Amino acid sequence: MMSIFKKNKPEERTEEYGEYEESYYVASQWQLMWRKFRKHKLAMGSIFVLVLLYLGGIFCEFVAPYDLESRQIRYVYCPPQRIHFFDEKGFHLRPFVYGLKRKIDLVTLQKSYKEDKRKKYPLQFFVHGQKYKFWNLFEADLHLFGVERGGVIFLLGTDRMGRDMFSRIVYGARISLSIGLVGVFLSLIIGLILGGLSGYLGGVTDTIIQRIIEILRSFPTIPLWMALSAALPPHWPPLRVYFGITIVLSLIGWTGLARVVRGKLLALREEDFTMAAKVAGCKDMRIISRHLLPGFLSYIIVQMTLSIPSMILGETSLSFLGLGLRPPITSWGVLLKEAQNVRTVALHPWLMIPVLFVITAVLAFNFLGDGLRDAADPYH
Amino acid sequence: MLVYIARRILYMIPTLIIISVISFIIIQLPPGDYLTSYIAQLSETGESVDEAVIASLKKRYGLDQPMYIQYFMWINGVLHGDFGQSFEWNKPVSELIWERLALTMAVSLFSLIFTYVVAIPIGIYSATHQYSIGDYFFTFVGFLGLATPNFLLALVLMFLFYKYFGLSVGGLFSPEFVEAPWSWAKVIDMMNHMWIPVIVIGTAGTCGLIRVMRGCLLDELRKQYVVTARAKGVGERKLLFKYPVRVAVNPIISTIGWTLPSIVSGATITAIVLSLPTTGPLLLRSLMSQDMYLAGSFILLLATLTVIGTLISDILLAWLDPRIRYEKEAA
Repeated sequence: MMSIFKKNKPEERTEEYGEYEESYYVASQWQLMWRKFRKHKLAMGSIFVLVLLYLGGIFCEFVAPYDLESRQIRYVYCPPQRIHFFDEKGFHLRPFVYGLKRKIDLVTLQKSYKEDKRKKYPLQFFVHGQKYKFWNLFEADLHLFGVERGGVIFLLGTDRMGRDMFSRIVYGARISLSIGLVGVFLSLIIGLILGGLSGYLGGVTDTIIQRIIEILRSFPTIPLWMALSAALPPHWPPLRVYFGITIVLSLIGWTGLARVVRGKLLALREEDFTMAAKVAGCKDMRIISRHLLPGFLSYIIVQMTLSIPSMILGETSLSFLGLGLRPPITSWGVLLKEAQNVRTVALHPWLMIPVLFVITAVLAFNFLGDGLRDAADPYH
Repeated sequence: MLVYIARRILYMIPTLIIISVISFIIIQLPPGDYLTSYIAQLSETGESVDEAVIASLKKRYGLDQPMYIQYFMWINGVLHGDFGQSFEWNKPVSELIWERLALTMAVSLFSLIFTYVVAIPIGIYSATHQYSIGDYFFTFVGFLGLATPNFLLALVLMFLFYKYFGLSVGGLFSPEFVEAPWSWAKVIDMMNHMWIPVIVIGTAGTCGLIRVMRGCLLDELRKQYVVTARAKGVGERKLLFKYPVRVAVNPIISTIGWTLPSIVSGATITAIVLSLPTTGPLLLRSLMSQDMYLAGSFILLLATLTVIGTLISDILLAWLDPRIRYEKEAA
């Protein structure tokens, strides 16, 4: 056995190595980047986390055991339920939750909940539960997990109206995570146009746009965002408020992108291949789209990834202050508005859980951006 | 040097003009103008609306004039210290803002100092002990600080103090000093309350600075003059602090330009959670009640002070680093 290994290994390695070399030389720019990117463990992990979060957001009706507004009046401010694998009879492969007994303190009127060991509700997957309209298109009642009728499952507790926090967080993911993407997309459009003009035309246009960018960057963002979002009329329908907030957030977000675009355009404009294309009679648009754009696309993607977190944080802060999104739209910031004072935090700490999701998403985007930046940098 | 300062101040003028235009737009954004809200408020409380008062107010703010004349009247007032009237408080805006602005600047300044005092040593440590446990630890904590919203950190700190020390840490003064006139004792009392907001606001900026400091110092440490100095037997401590650290600190100082806006930003939201007597809570309140002259003045002054802060940092940097001074003068 050993001898076989010893004999095979070197040959295999040289072969592999040779293959690697050859594929290395014929690899396209994107393949090279992917190869480097895969080595960045943290960034790969972040992709996994982000995919999970986004899947949860996209299929929130299915993932959440309850819907956004369904209230369990008997379970107000219920702490997160524990999932058990062991009972008095020993280990169960299928986890279960106990039923809940409510006790009201007659002096403080505080409600407390105790597990009722006599009632057991095994956790079931793909159960039929509350009806919902999936993506507002067709009706369904299948949920990822749940418990039998009569039992309740509050993985992350309930809020002051007895609404399941886990379900609300999953629904909130759809809003909070999409606002980052939509906002970055808007910033990208503004950034590409203004940065492109600035870099390609140069001269006075360049100076003016650069000055504007500098001025916008010297503005303290939160006060400006607060003022702009407070100006959104209160009678607007929720969807319009959503886009209004996104536009407010991207009003400052585009500056970073515009800078990258301009810097790269200025550098690439002087390259020999641009001159060659010009001599060959290419039109401006063709030069930009065929020869220049691929050169800085990777940098734009990096910059976009790195500016998503600030959008998510901005939306969270604004909604937390009550200036951003408002119910019935539920984002993580809207959920956090419930945990605004020390009393709530002291009595019902689980209302702070949405913030863990905010931190996770922001960290994941930061790590992903770091990984992409390293991968996109040919000299790294 | 003087030429450089003069040029920088000249550059500031268009910035300030644009800031004032943005603030004016913010004042004008909500539907209706100051006067309609004022009249609505008066009739709500049942007071009779005096035609003569309205006419005089209309004239004072030029409300019957076109927009650009209104802007010039407003900016003229601002330059003479008249920021308009806060209809919610029924006082001139200028009576409400100055003390709060001064406190905001004090909190921001201390946060800035805190950020640098914490970030530079940690950055140096992380660079000299690259890939050690300490390096990973600080990197992790720094990223966490970056990802955690300020207001949450404020809430958690408040909660911990409340739980373990039974202290209420909101505000910037003890109850007996809130209404008291300024005195030495009040300043000391303020200092005792200052550190929680300072930590909360400071952590967000610290992470970025640690990364920059670490990166710059690592670049410097790889250079040949370090190897030469080491080969000649210069002591590690002297070697580190006399040359590479001094070079690496420069980019850090030049980042004040973007650290300051983010600190003022963070101070606003932290102050709301901690209910500090700074601009944040009043700004939020004025926005909520659409008390626009007050809100607009805050935005204008916060932005102006930030720009002035950046200017001072630029001048400091030029004074510190002759290369920048000469390059800019030559340009």
